[in-house]
Amino acid sequence: MKALILVGGYGTRLRPLTLSVPKPLVEFCNKPILLHQVEALVKAGVDHVVLAVSYMSELLEREMRVQEQRLGIRISLSHEKEPLGTAGPLALARELLNVDNEPFFVLNSDVICDFPFKDLLQFHRNHGKEGTIVVTRVEEPSKYGVVVFETDSGRIHRFVEKPQVFVSNKINAGMYIFNPSMLSRIQLRPTSIEKEIFPVMAEEGQLYAMELQGFWMDIGQPKDFLTGMCMYLQSLRQHAPDRLRTGPGFLGNVLVDPTAQIGENCTIGPNVTIGAGVVGARVRSHSWLESCIVGWSSSVGQWVRMENVTVLGEDVIVNDELYLNGANVLPHKSINESVPEPRIIM
Amino acid sequence: MLKAVILIGGPQKGTRFRPLSFEVPKPLFPVAGVPMLQHHIEACAKVPNMKEILLIGFYQPNEELTRFLMNAQQEFKISIRYLQEYAALGTGGGIYHFRDQIVSGSPEAFFVLNADVSSAFPLTEMLSFQKEHGEPNSFVILGTTANRKQSMNYGCIVENEETNEVLHYVEKPSTFVSDIINCGIYLFNPDIFQHIGAVFQKNQQDMFCLAFAEKEPTNGWHRAEAIRLEQDIFTALAGQGKLYVYKTLSFWSQIKSAGSAIYASRLYLNQYHKTHPERLASNKEGGPKISGNVYIHPTANIDPTAMLGPNVSIGTGVTIGAGVRVRESIILHGANLQDHCCVLNSIVGWDSTIGRWARVEGTPSDPNPNDPYAKIDSETLFRDGKLTPSITILGCNVTIPSEVIILNSIVLPHKDLNRSFKNQIIL
Repeated sequence: MKALILVGGYGTRLRPLTLSVPKPLVEFCNKPILLHQVEALVKAGVDHVVLAVSYMSELLEREMRVQEQRLGIRISLSHEKEPLGTAGPLALARELLNVDNEPFFVLNSDVICDFPFKDLLQFHRNHGKEGTIVVTRVEEPSKYGVVVFETDSGRIHRFVEKPQVFVSNKINAGMYIFNPSMLSRIQLRPTSIEKEIFPVMAEEGQLYAMELQGFWMDIGQPKDFLTGMCMYLQSLRQHAPDRLRTGPGFLGNVLVDPTAQIGENCTIGPNVTIGAGVVGARVRSHSWLESCIVGWSSSVGQWVRMENVTVLGEDVIVNDELYLNGANVLPHKSINESVPEPRIIM
Repeated sequence: MLKAVILIGGPQKGTRFRPLSFEVPKPLFPVAGVPMLQHHIEACAKVPNMKEILLIGFYQPNEELTRFLMNAQQEFKISIRYLQEYAALGTGGGIYHFRDQIVSGSPEAFFVLNADVSSAFPLTEMLSFQKEHGEPNSFVILGTTANRKQSMNYGCIVENEETNEVLHYVEKPSTFVSDIINCGIYLFNPDIFQHIGAVFQKNQQDMFCLAFAEKEPTNGWHRAEAIRLEQDIFTALAGQGKLYVYKTLSFWSQIKSAGSAIYASRLYLNQYHKTHPERLASNKEGGPKISGNVYIHPTANIDPTAMLGPNVSIGTGVTIGAGVRVRESIILHGANLQDHCCVLNSIVGWDSTIGRWARVEGTPSDPNPNDPYAKIDSETLFRDGKLTPSITILGCNVTIPSEVIILNSIVLPHKDLNRSFKNQIIL
């Protein structure tokens, strides 16, 4: 089976992290975002992953060669010369996807959840139509485009963008499965799959919705990245609690790479991920961090307080005794002054 | 013989020092580890031939003041008495009211010091200056140089540059007059009472006229005895060959706001290198890490992994936990700073508690370090409807929970906070 992942562009929403590393390779809970998706796809029987990228990165290509070896699958990069939206990349990769009569998966690269690919394939085969999209429940539907469908069969009636009166609380979760016949609907030009393709398929009765169980998060920007981490760690607590660190000094759900070094009298958690020690960032004694992302090789001094979605890019130095409130710090900066209100440090 | 008078004001004064002045009369607030007044008393006691120190103010007699006076008398072996005004009489009215007490025993001269200044108190130098400049019964004002802009917040003195006679005196002018400012420290002789007396007589006459004309009762400030040395006496004496200015290069600062107490502490701690090296903490085996000038009361209990300084004063019975950081701050007695907390540019009130990993931070209001004549600005609390960022002050018995930040805030006494606060006054 095949899958196409819509990787897209520079991942500017996740800057400053994506200034150093292509977004698919940014570690989410100690594993590159892309590998969360690829490994789940492989488990569901996918043996060929196509990455739809709009810029070429040597680092990404090299890493994909390594992953091909490790996972025993094929990974292709399909390169858009111009932005093709969310549907155009399918047309571009038509030849890779349309080799047999098997359905293929499509997913947005910013999505984190308990990937339901096996169930999705089963559900899709059961109704026998052209496409299935995964939907997830949200609390405030008026902020999103919602999907209206028959609860029993899953058949989609229509899509409503930012509904002002309640029609549904399910939104598109950015994961699909299609029959190859669907490709004939898409031309090789910039096209939105959500706005131009799905409504037509729904009208023809060819599109179904499967509701996602468990958590879901679009982790495309730092605040949601942190929220997604909390959800992921809670999911680990339920499904693989032995991967979480416990003991004196650890509170709640904490994920620690075995090579990380933790000093005496530290309190870690709840909802903390600590990466590998070798390429490691360093946080010195008596400092206090909440809702922060500390970039690769960054160093945080003593008695520093960082909070409110402070993000340090790669190799940032925060000197002793400073206070960073919502600071977004670009790579290779040395910070000598407190940042009392949220701002970007160029 | 010589005497000294220290004007300590009263509870209606020093409101800019709230909430700290709720707990202790402002003159007894510790600066560099000892009550503000003690620096004055120590300087007076050092002057040869000093026989008595009189405190004049309108505080009700209270236990703290009494205890302080008893201890100070013993320590400095000199008579110290508190004379209570029946009302706020101003800087001239107070000494005039108690003139009999001051001149008893026939001192040939006496100093008058305002309590709300910190200074090296060059009193002996003022005496020598008085003897040398050749006008035997003249009065001396201690002056210092300010920058042009800030000078207008003080009493401004124009001098004859050769003789140092005061030619012109004006209090807080609205335009620039002179960069020599009044330090609130004077050397007088009993002749001063003739001049104050003349103003008193004139006030009394004026008030008779006024009372007949308007038939209204007079409030406190219309008393004939309420006389201000600066506006009522110095302005008139200027240019009469009676008033001189001794300009000092040594340190001087007002202590109006609580923020200036931290700055004043820094000045005194620095002076301790000469006057009281035993009061400065040093790095010792098994002791906390000390950076710069730090005063630690011997009864304080400090974890060896804490790091203190520069400019930190730790009061009696304070407990400081592991990995605590304190810089540019005053920690008052009985406070408890728990492990890993960080206290910067703050005053931590008596018996307050700061939780683990909490951060208590203020914004210093130090004078411009690049201007040798800059003074501390006595900032208004609010500007444009917003609280001016200032040092953080925790009143007495305030509890700060673990892991929060209290930034540029003033917390009134006996509050248990349950979250972070920034740029707020917490009632």
